[in-house]
Formats: sequence, structure tokens, C-alpha cells
Amino acid sequence: MSSNLRWRKFVSGFMLTMTGVCALVAVSVLFFILGYLVFHGGTSISWNFFTKLPAPVGEGGGGMANAIVGSAKLLLLASLIGVPVGFFGAIYLAEFGGGATTFVVRYAADLLNGVPSIVIGIFAYGLVVLPFKHFSTLAGGFALGLMMIPVTLRSTEEFLRGVPRALREAAMALGASKWKTVATVIVPAAYRGILTAVLLAFARVAGETAPLLFTAFGNRFWSPGWDQPTSSLPVMIFTYAIAPYEDWHRQAWAAGLVLLGLILVINIVARAILARGIAVPRS
Amino acid sequence: MHASARPAVSVNIPPTATSAANRETPAALSMRMTISKVNFFYGSKQTLFNINLGIAVNKVTALIGPSGCGKSTLLRTLNRMYETVRNARLEGEILLDGQNILAQDVTSLRRRVGMVFQRPNPFPKSIFDNVAYGLRINGSKVPLAEAVEKSLRHAALWDEVKDHLHKSAYELSGGQQQRLCIARALAVEPEVLLLDEPCSALDPISTAKIEELLVQLKDLCTIVTVTHNMQQAARISDFTAFLLIGQLIEFSPTPQLFTTPGDPRTEAYITGRFG
Repeated sequence: MSSNLRWRKFVSGFMLTMTGVCALVAVSVLFFILGYLVFHGGTSISWNFFTKLPAPVGEGGGGMANAIVGSAKLLLLASLIGVPVGFFGAIYLAEFGGGATTFVVRYAADLLNGVPSIVIGIFAYGLVVLPFKHFSTLAGGFALGLMMIPVTLRSTEEFLRGVPRALREAAMALGASKWKTVATVIVPAAYRGILTAVLLAFARVAGETAPLLFTAFGNRFWSPGWDQPTSSLPVMIFTYAIAPYEDWHRQAWAAGLVLLGLILVINIVARAILARGIAVPRS
Repeated sequence: MHASARPAVSVNIPPTATSAANRETPAALSMRMTISKVNFFYGSKQTLFNINLGIAVNKVTALIGPSGCGKSTLLRTLNRMYETVRNARLEGEILLDGQNILAQDVTSLRRRVGMVFQRPNPFPKSIFDNVAYGLRINGSKVPLAEAVEKSLRHAALWDEVKDHLHKSAYELSGGQQQRLCIARALAVEPEVLLLDEPCSALDPISTAKIEELLVQLKDLCTIVTVTHNMQQAARISDFTAFLLIGQLIEFSPTPQLFTTPGDPRTEAYITGRFG
């Protein structure tokens, strides 16, 4: 074997190993984080964690029931804002828009997607918190809802565009109006993709902390109403992690584990829905 | 473009087709549709030039010509499907039962002029829902189950699917899917059925079934079909229009066009010298 060939074989083998190692690192980060959370927070997860209010400082035990319910309320509000706007906006982009309008809307959505979440938080603070003179669940849900719009919109649009042109033509040739075509053929053909898009957008905002810091704020107790501050899991993690108490740190780890678990489950469900296959064969 | 796929032989006319249509001229029959002075443009590019054509009631009219000659475009003017393409523009007049289709509501026009496409394109729904689709969106009051059965029978598909109407349409073979698309189009009882190379994606046996079906269907409605298969045009059509680069070169009863073409270009095409 000539030395030249030996060198080429070595380079080839080396690069192959490198790519493999990097792929392994990328994957192992997730499992490392999971393992770390389980190690630190696993012991603090108990029935009490899900059912009890936070215990006063110095007292052991307690849970994060109010933060779990608070997060659920915030995400519900966010979905009520983000899903319809994203969904119908995507229908406009994919089916009705054209030329300059489409370009502007799509570009704006991409920019909105890139706006730092803390900026979204300040915006919601100025728009909702200041006029009401209250931190509130509404303000937090509003901020998260804004963040859901671009994600839902762009991925829903992609799935709608994936529906073959032949199906649109089939419906229109039968005398269906544009809207009828969209409602009875295109959306049903793309519903799995759309559902996945919504779930991923939901998972994305579930862990957002920055927009909640000065909108939903936080609460040691049950939130008395939609117009009052509420606790949420990400903010609870933040508050507990920077506190000087050992006990609180453990609970922050546990909250992180619960949050990550929730997001993982949503992701897996979304993939499972998509993996059952797009009903429409690509031609 | 399809020259290599087509044997360069003259076409045999089945005797039945000859006797049925050889004395008829397009002008002597009553017309379902009349195309006059139609020019068609994609943006600034003109693709049809001054087309004049009559579509006879309850006959099969075939549009033939090499790829890119405008035969599909002409077909798509008849139900205004060209409007789904940006920058498409039509000049001239197309009458359906004496009324200008360009002045009509496009959705009601398409209920009267149905269409079947090149590739089978059933909806991702059950067989039953596919056929019922047109009736449902029209808010039709007829009993759905009966109408669906009737359409499937007309499309010669009923016996094959009657026991699994609620299975997905994608479980059918390509040929069955195309007959399902025909049934779907027939369900709204159109006056005219347009077919855009309905067999080009199908195997020979499925093709034969659909050809047979089209000949039967002309009692039910007027049929216009595009094909680049000349033997097919000869087998199933009563009249044939030959188009070349956007111009209507010749339009005559099918036997006449294939045996004694009036234009040297038609003769050159049907004997396989280009295309």
C-alpha cells in the first residue's frame, strides 16, 4: 500500500470518527440533562409536590401545585391566542395570499420568531400590565400567545403547502369554492401536520421564563383570578434556584424535571402523530 | 416528446365507430358547447390562437396533438380551471347551452362541466365520501346512498367496491381510483365531462376499462377528452380535433380525420412523422 493511500484511508477514518463523536455529543446532552435532573430532583418529586402549596421558608416539604395549575392556565390562554391566529394566518399565506403580501407576512413572522422572549415580555408588560396596574395571568398568557403565533403559522403553512395541487383541483372542478376547498379537503388532508405544529409550538412556550417574569410575575399562593399574578413552573424554577436554601434548590430541580418531562411527552406525541403517516401520497 | 413511445403506424378504425359517425358532420348536430375565437395567454405568451370548435351533444370529442400543442389548455378553458393559474387570460367566447360561461358563476359552471384529471386524485377520504363530496358541498337533497351507488354503477366500479365503501380510496388500484374519480364527477350529474389524458398513468387493462366506460357514458353526458394516444382517440371518439402549437389544424368526424385527413400536417402527425 502506498503511503498516499494509507494517508487517505487515515483521513477518511478520522473524519468518520469525528462526525460520529459529534453526533454522540449532540444526543448525549439531552440524556445528560435528564439524568442530572433526575439525580438532583428525583427525590423531591412526591405526591405532595403536585398537590401542596409551597411551604414557608424554613419549613420543609411543600409542593408546587399552584405553579403547575398556573402554567396550565397560562398555556391555555397562550393557545387561545396563538393557535387561531397562527392557523388562520397560515391558511391565508398558503391558500389566499400572493406576491408581495405573502412575502411581507412570512418575513414578519420569521422576524417575530426571532424576537428575544424578554422583549416580548416587556411588550406585554407595557400593553397589558401597565394599563391594568396588575401583574396577571392574562398578561402572561398574552405574552406566551404572541410567541406561539409565528411558530404555529410557519409550520402550519408548510404542511398546507404540502397538500398536492391535484387535490385542490379535484375539489374546485366539482364546484367547490376556494373556502370550501380549504375547509373540506386541504385542512383535513393536512390535519396531522397541523396538530404536530400546534403541539411543538405549545412545547416551545411551555418552558419560557423571561416573558413571564414581569407579566404573570409569581405567587406563593393560589392565584385568586385571571387578572391576578400567578405562579408558573419556569418562574418557580428561577426563584427557587437563586434562593439560598438547600431545600428550595432540590425543589427547583424537581420542577425542572416535571417541565422537561412534559415537553418530552408533547414532543413524542407530536412525532407519533406525524409518524402515522401523511394520509396523502406525494406525487 | 412521445414519439418514441408511439408506434409509427396508421390507425385502424373499428367498424362500429365508422358506421356510427361517418355521415355526421360537427355542424349538423346540436352543440352542447361552442368555442368561438378563443385566444389564450399565460402572461404575455399566447398559447391558443383563434380556436373555433363545437362540442356535440352526447358525443365523445377528442383533442389530440403533440405535447405543448395547447390541448390541455383548451380543455381547461371549458370549465375555467385555467383561472387557478396566475396571469392566465382568455379572450373570445365559450357558450354552454347558448350561454357565455365567462359571465357565469364559476362554481355553478363547474357543477355542470365536470373534470377528470391525468393522475387519479381521490380525496384522502372513504370511497363513499369521495363520491358524495360534490353532492354534499352543493347541499344536494337527494338521498346520498342511492346517488353514490348510481354513480359508482355508471363508473363500472360498484361491483368491485360495494362491500367496502367505507375504506380509504387509497386502498384501490390506480385504475379503480381513476374510475372512482369518474364516479365522483358523475355524482353531480354534469352535462359535460372533461377528461385530461385520463389513462396516461394507467396500465393497459385499466385503460381498456376506462375507454369502454367512456363510450357508454356518452348517453349520460357529453364527453371531451384529451389524449396523446391516437389509437385511443380513434377507438373512443366521434369527433377529433387536431391541435398544433396553439392552432386548431383540423376538426372532423374521427374516421374521416384518421383515414382522409384534410391537412398535410394532420397526416404527418397521425402517421407518426412527428410528435
